Amino acid sequence: MLKSVRCLGQLFFVVVILFCGRPASAQDWFRTGTGLGEAKPRVAIADFAPRSDTAKSHASLFTQVVRDDLQFSGILELASPSFYPPQVPTAPSELKAPAWMEAPTNANYLGFGNLTESTSEVTIQAWLFDVRNPSSQPVVGKVYRGGPTDLQVRKFAHQFADEIISKLSGGLPSVASTQIAFVRSSGAGVKEIWVMDYDGANQHQVTNLHSIALTPRWSPEGSRIAFTCFAPYKGVNSAQICMYSMDTGKLVAFPRFAGTNITPAWSPDGTQIVFSSSMQGTPELYVSDINGSRPQRLSHSNGASMSPAWNPKTGQSIAFVSDRGGTPQLYLMNADGTSPAKLDLPEKGYVIDPAWSPNGQLLAFSWRRPNDDYDIYVMDASSRQIVELTRDQGRNERPSWAPDGRHVVFESTRTGVGTRQIWTMLADGSQPHQLTTSGHNESPNWSTH
Amino acid sequence: MTEASRSFYRTGLATLLGAALFTFGCGPKKVTAPPKPVEAPAAPARPTVTLQANPTSINKGESSTLSWNSTDATQLSIDPGVGAVTAEGSTKVTPSDSTTYTITATGPGGNATATAAVSVNAPPPPTPTPAPVRDFNQEVRDAYFDTDKADIRPDAREALSKTAAFLKSEPSTKVTIEGHCDERGSTEYNLGLGDRRASAVKQYLVSLGVSADRMTTVSFGKEKPVCLEHNETCWQQNRRGHFAKAN
Repeated sequence: MLKSVRCLGQLFFVVVILFCGRPASAQDWFRTGTGLGEAKPRVAIADFAPRSDTAKSHASLFTQVVRDDLQFSGILELASPSFYPPQVPTAPSELKAPAWMEAPTNANYLGFGNLTESTSEVTIQAWLFDVRNPSSQPVVGKVYRGGPTDLQVRKFAHQFADEIISKLSGGLPSVASTQIAFVRSSGAGVKEIWVMDYDGANQHQVTNLHSIALTPRWSPEGSRIAFTCFAPYKGVNSAQICMYSMDTGKLVAFPRFAGTNITPAWSPDGTQIVFSSSMQGTPELYVSDINGSRPQRLSHSNGASMSPAWNPKTGQSIAFVSDRGGTPQLYLMNADGTSPAKLDLPEKGYVIDPAWSPNGQLLAFSWRRPNDDYDIYVMDASSRQIVELTRDQGRNERPSWAPDGRHVVFESTRTGVGTRQIWTMLADGSQPHQLTTSGHNESPNWSTH
Repeated sequence: MTEASRSFYRTGLATLLGAALFTFGCGPKKVTAPPKPVEAPAAPARPTVTLQANPTSINKGESSTLSWNSTDATQLSIDPGVGAVTAEGSTKVTPSDSTTYTITATGPGGNATATAAVSVNAPPPPTPTPAPVRDFNQEVRDAYFDTDKADIRPDAREALSKTAAFLKSEPSTKVTIEGHCDERGSTEYNLGLGDRRASAVKQYLVSLGVSADRMTTVSFGKEKPVCLEHNETCWQQNRRGHFAKAN
């Protein structure tokens, strides 16, 4: 029974473990849908009409990206295009609302529009109408103009999807225009920072240090990426903190410190960096200004502390990993380093990779329970309830939250031992979606907007 | 499991999923633009840059090390053949002919350049019979560790005693002690653990009379395994403190 349930578990099952003195063996699996108790609006996105042959490929690209974005959001139901009426409006005057309201489309909302393209410019008119109130103003009406490139058309499609998601969700931050930083191995002993769109498109290399770059972290306003780098200096190739400016496309100076310096993370206001350094002995956590000045020690233990995650909402708590008790475990402390306390879990094992949700209430992490592989979990910081998001699918590590607080990006070996790829999923473990396919990709970090 | 506890767990799950999926994020999120980092004042300082080659004269096929330092630069590049570099650092070059390297530093305050020349001599005549030199890599011994541990084991004590004897007999030799780990822990944890291992090796050698200023420690975590299989035999080979000659 449990075995068959686990097979289905990929999509619809999560495990809940409570602390209330319950033996760990008594886990139960519960069926749950992602839309539990919520009626989602049903949206159709008609094929956008090319106004000329030259606009054909961009019209289908635009349509597809908008549909993918809406599907991914999880806040609405996308009516399958195979159910659409044959007559597709290209402008509001052509809208025949009843055909879209009725079965089998059954849409509440319809998105449509057209593209005009010259060699120098593409113009996209895009609308979203409430088909049950077709005479009212459009819910969204936009004109996008820009260079006729795939990249630009993708950007416009993401922006249109952002508008739709924002309108239909009552202001939920959309992720359609967000990006994910990650680490790609490019040859033996070389790892560089890369960035891609949230949907895996537009993967491009950011650093070119011919060295090992690790653990990228976006600054809160998205203009910089702090990361761990190996940069040889005077014959010593030690781990240091590096900082990259997305605005200038260059590294920003950051001082070298003695020892091993790793895992930078940002304060919520973007004015400070917290990182691990062995500058005074064992690896401890330090906080400094973002230019590396005035480093202040935060942790004091006999082990190694690393992987700090600063609560982005309250700014008052830092989660981190420490092996002061013998194996890596999660700890919480105040942002000034006071009151460190271990986060107790109902079983032993390695507990790593803390990542706060945007609202500061949930802590995602990776946990390798005894006789098991690493899986992604989410803990409610106040109730300490835990939900397991992945299971029996290789090694799953390094969760990072989308700004909508509904999605998580992570790395997984599920496509084969020894190859790591980057995946997203809803924060209940459903809708896993692979973003990278070639090479070795790890350590994803989702931009904050 | 009783029905009552089952419903309790279900309620708990619904609450948590509610928190995960529906509660937060709804309603416009107040976004306050974080204060921009304090940038350089109105008149940014002009960048400065230095570049040194050591040695400045090499034989064909040998390497020279370029070292540089800069201030107030956001972009640095060394030509020919090196390309973009960090604010300070060093790299090896092996020019086939005499070469003058130029580093260009660009920053908000302008540009600066510095040069260093490396002259390449014709191949040396065959060397006369060299004095017998004891091979570093055969005399030093790596120290191996238990899982999750940075304690010096009895077998490591033996290995490090031999290493210490060699280092004391070669007082001019400097070493880098690299801490390494197996693949099972996380990248980040292993960088911390590797640092503790390298420090433990250094402290043990200091206790055997090797001067601390001859030893530098670094951690590579699990980034540079010597063995790539996924089994304990391999993992043990990777959990090590390794010595590299630093001069």
